[in-house]
Amino acid sequence: MSQALLTVIGEDRPGIVAAVTQALYAADCAIGDASMMRLGGYFTIMQVIEYQRDFGAVETALDPAVKRLNLRVHLDPIPSLPRQEDVANVRVTVYGADHPGIVASVTDALARIGFNIIDLESERSGNPERPIYVMVIQGSAPGGTKAVADVLEPLKISQGIEITVHPVDTVLL
Amino acid sequence: MAVLPILTYPDPRLHRKAEPVQEFDGELRQFVTDLTETMYAGPGGVGIAAPQVDRLQRIVLVDVRPKLGDDCHGLMILINPELVAWEGMAVGREGCMSVPDFTGNVIRAERIQVRAQDGEGRDRFYECQGFEARAVQHEMDHLDGLLFLDRLVSRKTDLFRRKQYQPKKK
Repeated sequence: MSQALLTVIGEDRPGIVAAVTQALYAADCAIGDASMMRLGGYFTIMQVIEYQRDFGAVETALDPAVKRLNLRVHLDPIPSLPRQEDVANVRVTVYGADHPGIVASVTDALARIGFNIIDLESERSGNPERPIYVMVIQGSAPGGTKAVADVLEPLKISQGIEITVHPVDTVLL
Repeated sequence: MAVLPILTYPDPRLHRKAEPVQEFDGELRQFVTDLTETMYAGPGGVGIAAPQVDRLQRIVLVDVRPKLGDDCHGLMILINPELVAWEGMAVGREGCMSVPDFTGNVIRAERIQVRAQDGEGRDRFYECQGFEARAVQHEMDHLDGLLFLDRLVSRKTDLFRRKQYQPKKK
């Protein structure tokens, strides 16, 4: 059993996920962790797949769907890695009038305190003349919520953005 | 005292509805003692419901002291519990002994009032909030054959939920 990371993008329309996953299923592939979402007008798929046959067979299996739906596909063989142990303990919500540098400044500050981003979702939204940027980051912060809030505090003024930092409490029952 | 084996999903027994407790006898109290020990032995150790150990009775235990210290009710033995009031909504991440390794976001009421009986059959009434309220609601779901997996919500849906405003008619 080998693993690969499959990336698929195409103009958003109904049926992309069905076509891709049916083709994978028919080619004896199994889907692992996946992120599938619309970004801009495009639908994007990133997923870990396990395949039984050779790499070329996966590409061949996807070919009819790729042609029919005008998709772009990228397949990277990857070694199987152990599951990451760190869990998200902090969620950072950022929003403000859109301008270049929001993501770069926030994530640079987070990297300085060893914050490991586990997922980041953002959206450019609002009135087209006055767009806003909304971003939600979840990750593991070795120094906890306070360290994150402290390192981000100066950006509220320098970037003119609203930032809130929440603990992500996992209730284990 | 005994630590009881925990059923884990996809065991279909977790989806059964539990029956009310009728007899408040020594056997029940022994079971509650064993269930308490089983709860404390778990990874979270703050809540458990009887159906998780394959006993189809409406019995829930919650003790969030490991998380909140003394700022809570301590060990609550909730037999035949009923939610009599709830308010507020909050998204929180939950995990469950019956669903190893997986955690996910669930919406729960922030404040609840619960009526229940204790191990002796006496009426009890609790008001809980936050973490403790979440634990009680999670465990009470087990009595109706529900897992937190049945209530998973997309993070995107909660955080980016948009209000759709009707355009003004001219």
